[in-house]
Amino acid sequence: MRYVVAFGRFWWNFVVGDDWRVAAGLVVAFVLTWVLAHHGVAAWWLLPLAVALLLVGSVAREARNGS
Amino acid sequence: MGSNVLLFFAIFLASAVEAVEALTIVLAVGTVRGWRSTMFGVGAATVVLGAIVVALGPALSVIPIATLRLVVGALLLSFGLQWLRKAVLRAGGYKPLHDEAAAFVSGRAEAGSAAASTGRVDWYSFTVAFKGVLLEGLEVAFIVIGFGSTQSRLGLAVGAAAAAVILVVAVGVVVHGPLERVPENTLKFVVGVLLTSFGIFWGGEGAGVEWPGSDVAILGVAGFVALVSVFLTRELRRRRQRLRLAEAKA
Repeated sequence: MRYVVAFGRFWWNFVVGDDWRVAAGLVVAFVLTWVLAHHGVAAWWLLPLAVALLLVGSVAREARNGS
Repeated sequence: MGSNVLLFFAIFLASAVEAVEALTIVLAVGTVRGWRSTMFGVGAATVVLGAIVVALGPALSVIPIATLRLVVGALLLSFGLQWLRKAVLRAGGYKPLHDEAAAFVSGRAEAGSAAASTGRVDWYSFTVAFKGVLLEGLEVAFIVIGFGSTQSRLGLAVGAAAAAVILVVAVGVVVHGPLERVPENTLKFVVGVLLTSFGIFWGGEGAGVEWPGSDVAILGVAGFVALVSVFLTRELRRRRQRLRLAEAKA
């Protein structure tokens, strides 16, 4: 069981990393992009904007906690 | 042609950064406990990484391209943002810079204090070298598979990674020590921008987005990600300076 937990933790850290909110935000951004694109809306701007906001938010949180 | 150059550049830099870190671990163990078992560990990890690329690379080509781009794009975006976030925090002074010389010294100290080998194989050296190379190389293996399969350029992706590793090892042999002068954080910053940009571009295509200007849009995305990251780094530095000044006055 200990190895299963360690294995799961490794992959969580590998894919999600230090800030799970960024990964969750990416999932939401991808779903929104997919929905908009499949309804004929030009959604090319959504992912870059979401990435910028997620990066700024994550870095700002870490800076507040680390200062 | 242009995207192939960018692809080669991204994989080369990502592999070089990870190879520098793996080299430090291997050198620390090898110089203290001997090279035989250490090199067995390096060889075993290289075989495992090669097997992952050989097994997964061609297998991914049977997945529909839109699904593949969505999954690979999302994965690259996740990796890229992790690299970029850390690089921005380091450049802004909110995380310590990765110090290869310090990592080498602490690796040597740990290797020296571990129990001495009793058999033909020194399992400590084997395990540390194996884990170091495997863990540093795993992300590169996924980047190689992702870039290679999405663009149907697995050979180019493997070549870029191999060239970087050969270069780092060759310089390491000449220098005979950790490559502490390599500007690791700058490289990580650039790799973070590139991975994030490719992740946005391919992930977007996989989700059904039509990019204005088609493939040229990747340059615009990269420029936008770079601008945001540089701006963020500057703001962090200014904030840190303001805090320092306020502390000095208090």
